[in-house]
Amino acid sequence: MAANPMTQFEVYRIGPEIKINQIDISFTNASLFMIISALSILLIFNLGSSKKNIIPTKIQLLAELSYSFISKMISDTAGNKGKPYFNLIFSLFMFVLFCNMFGMLPYSFTVTSHIIVTFFLAALIFIGVTVIGFIKHGFGYLKLFVPSGVPLVLLPLIVVIEIISYLSRPISLSVRLFANMMAGHTMMKVFGSFVISLGIVGGWLPLSFSVALTGLEILVAFLQAYVFAILTCIYLNDALNLHH
Amino acid sequence: MLKKIIFFNLLFSTFITQISKSAESGGMPQLNPEFWISQIFWLIISFGVLFIVLSKFILPKIRNNIELRKSEILDNIETAEKQKTEAENTLKNYDELIRKSKNEAKNYFNDARKKIIEDIEKKKQILDKEINIEISKAEAEVAELVNKAPEKIQKIAIETSSDLIRQLIGEEVNNSSISAIVDDLYKKNKGRYYGN
Repeated sequence: MAANPMTQFEVYRIGPEIKINQIDISFTNASLFMIISALSILLIFNLGSSKKNIIPTKIQLLAELSYSFISKMISDTAGNKGKPYFNLIFSLFMFVLFCNMFGMLPYSFTVTSHIIVTFFLAALIFIGVTVIGFIKHGFGYLKLFVPSGVPLVLLPLIVVIEIISYLSRPISLSVRLFANMMAGHTMMKVFGSFVISLGIVGGWLPLSFSVALTGLEILVAFLQAYVFAILTCIYLNDALNLHH
Repeated sequence: MLKKIIFFNLLFSTFITQISKSAESGGMPQLNPEFWISQIFWLIISFGVLFIVLSKFILPKIRNNIELRKSEILDNIETAEKQKTEAENTLKNYDELIRKSKNEAKNYFNDARKKIIEDIEKKKQILDKEINIEISKAEAEVAELVNKAPEKIQKIAIETSSDLIRQLIGEEVNNSSISAIVDDLYKKNKGRYYGN
């Protein structure tokens, strides 16, 4: 197991095989870490919101700072119209952040390093944003693909490019997160196995790389969650305020 | 230098073997669709529960807390400002009180001074009067004495001169002729003895 840097991404069953109509929905290590992340978010924010001190305790401060952080992010990118979607974006950000961060623990599993998970979240956002756009603007939402001030000759080309870029949003959103997490964890695994294979004599250099990478990966874990959330806000902004 | 080359060679070769091993075992487990449905299923459950609990129970509480704090802070600022203006008013009143009492004290002092000066004036006048009376009395006495003095002196002069003459010549001289001479001398030298 230690030799192959990709084994850390393997999904395996925990407990019995559960099947509904020939579809396998067994509880796996991925499910375990999703549930751990969700529960720890709930635990932390429940602790942070149960007290009503005027001068906040540390955990209360954490909860309130994250609240105002996301709130500011939404109002900066999507304006006041984005307020109703606060709960969803907050949950998304926290879920991605906690899954990324739990992935940093040794012997843990990184939920967000699986394309299917990130793609499902991105598709959810994509479909949601598209539905919101059509509800708010009707067929006028299609104007999104027709930027104003473009010469008529170029218009067919631009429309095609816009449509492609719009449709590639869920792919770029999901692949960005998935590739970042996978690449980082693979690198860390590779350098970790270098430490083992080079032993006490030569292992210090890869070990120092490993330490530096851990710091970098924690940064990336936060940054990717932030990017995921802020891109959601930007897509939402496109749907809410039709600028083109 | 040789050590370095060997070291990096070793590093590089292990890296290559790692990559080749991972390639041998069939690449990324992420692309194995065996557990895709299971992952989506558990993602929906965990994220759904997270979303519902956060948006129904936890986030409204945090929002309330933040708003409560904001309003309480505003209230506190308001009361603080009220108390500040009150304190300023009290200070003003206090200053005025002090100013008034200072004025009063000044007035009292001035009154007292005036009274004392008046008293002193009165007493001085009375004293002056008394002194003047005394002085005039004394002056009168002096004047009397001065007036009487020449007669006495003349008498003494006549007696002494008659005595002197008697002693000198051993004969009685007529008193009236002596007094005529003394009178004459006195009249001549009057200014010299009593005048200024």
